Amino acid sequence: MTGSGRGVPRNPAVLPAADAQSGPLPDAMPRTLSELMTQALVMELDAVQRYTEFADAMEIHNNRDVAALFRTMASIEQKHADQIMTTMKWSSLPIAAGPHRWRTFDSPETTASEDVHYLMQPYHALQLALAAERRAARFFGELALATKVAAVRKAALEMQAEEHEHVELVKSWLAKVAPPAANWADDPDPPHYMD
Amino acid sequence: MNEVASCVPLTAIDYKSSYKPIWCPGCGDYAVLSSITKALAVVAVPPEKVSVVSGIGCSSRIPAYTSCYGFHGVHGRSLAAATGLKVARPDLTVLVAGGDGDGYSIGGNHFLHACRRNVDLTYLVMDNHVYGMTKGQPSPTTEPDWDSKLSPGGTGLRSFHPLVIALASGANFVARAFSGDPKGTADILAQAIAHPGFSFIEILSPCVTFRPEQREWKDHVHAAPVAPTDDPARAARRIMTDDGFNIGVLYIGDRTPYPLRRIQPSCTPADLAADFAT
Repeated sequence: MTGSGRGVPRNPAVLPAADAQSGPLPDAMPRTLSELMTQALVMELDAVQRYTEFADAMEIHNNRDVAALFRTMASIEQKHADQIMTTMKWSSLPIAAGPHRWRTFDSPETTASEDVHYLMQPYHALQLALAAERRAARFFGELALATKVAAVRKAALEMQAEEHEHVELVKSWLAKVAPPAANWADDPDPPHYMD
Repeated sequence: MNEVASCVPLTAIDYKSSYKPIWCPGCGDYAVLSSITKALAVVAVPPEKVSVVSGIGCSSRIPAYTSCYGFHGVHGRSLAAATGLKVARPDLTVLVAGGDGDGYSIGGNHFLHACRRNVDLTYLVMDNHVYGMTKGQPSPTTEPDWDSKLSPGGTGLRSFHPLVIALASGANFVARAFSGDPKGTADILAQAIAHPGFSFIEILSPCVTFRPEQREWKDHVHAAPVAPTDDPARAARRIMTDDGFNIGVLYIGDRTPYPLRRIQPSCTPADLAADFAT
């Protein structure tokens, strides 16, 4: 390629609801309960980090409602991570909680970094959170189906059920939020050069 | 990479500063920052032994967002400053960061000679094919047919091909990464830092404000189908014929790095200038 190969078709400022495959790579299939919980912990911590980045970015851009929402999501995911640490009686992060490989670039519960917009509204943020919770639920469901270890299957199904609860929770929040107007991304003082 | 392994394990957070980035939400540079901190934690060089040097542009803000020493210099001169720093302080691990405009246009000449000199630096370019900070002018890597208010109908100019230029100029490690793959990028950065000599990583980092179509890059990138080669001609042929979305380490050379130890403490700037003139 000579540089023009990346000139993919234009896409207006839409927020994709990233919803790709979510399962673990075959060589990352947890063999023990501890390995499963380590994966779950990594998922939660990745989500905390990304939501915190989003919250910081939105605060910088004075989008306070969305910043607060992302901050809330980060704190919820942090609580889940803390619960895993408590359940497993881990006092510090397990060594295996280093970089993990997933079928997708990010871990299943993490929203892609480019899926946000400085003018996005709480509705958009909740849609992203909903997609993330659904990916997490599907991840544990697929894992439960694939594993041959009974303890791993049982725990994976429990985690799937928890993620389903989160899906319903986010849905209930979404029901209280008005969908954005069609022109939500219109900026009277846009960063783009104008005639 | 020169130094290492402290007793207390370092984590990515240890390399982050308390300053919040002011990049646009969705910018790929957030993930690159995260990858840098992860990579530094992997190679375990303490923050006080790392310096991050940059020029001008959105991505060049990155030194302030790390807890390492940093130098936010003038436009296009990051490699010159970093080279001086490395020869004066060979004990430091020096990362150089910037964008495609800073690195390939304003700093284009320095890029060629940094590759040729092969000083032990790690240069990462967050390439979004546009000058974002100055509101969307075409950069050297912009596609010739990219139509915008500032370049109606496109520039019609052939895009600069940094990876091939780096190979032809003597870079000792060449890779392409994608900001949307922060763990993969961290892996590549860790390898680049550990590799002696001049390491160059082109990181595809979408500008969601001026190039919103780049959000689709994540659907196009894919792992390089072959293992890295140590043959620059083979690497160049591969890169010239790939689709531009091949990510991974593409070339690992074995050129002897610029011999930093011959620079003595008593060395004067004139001595250094004479040395580099060769």
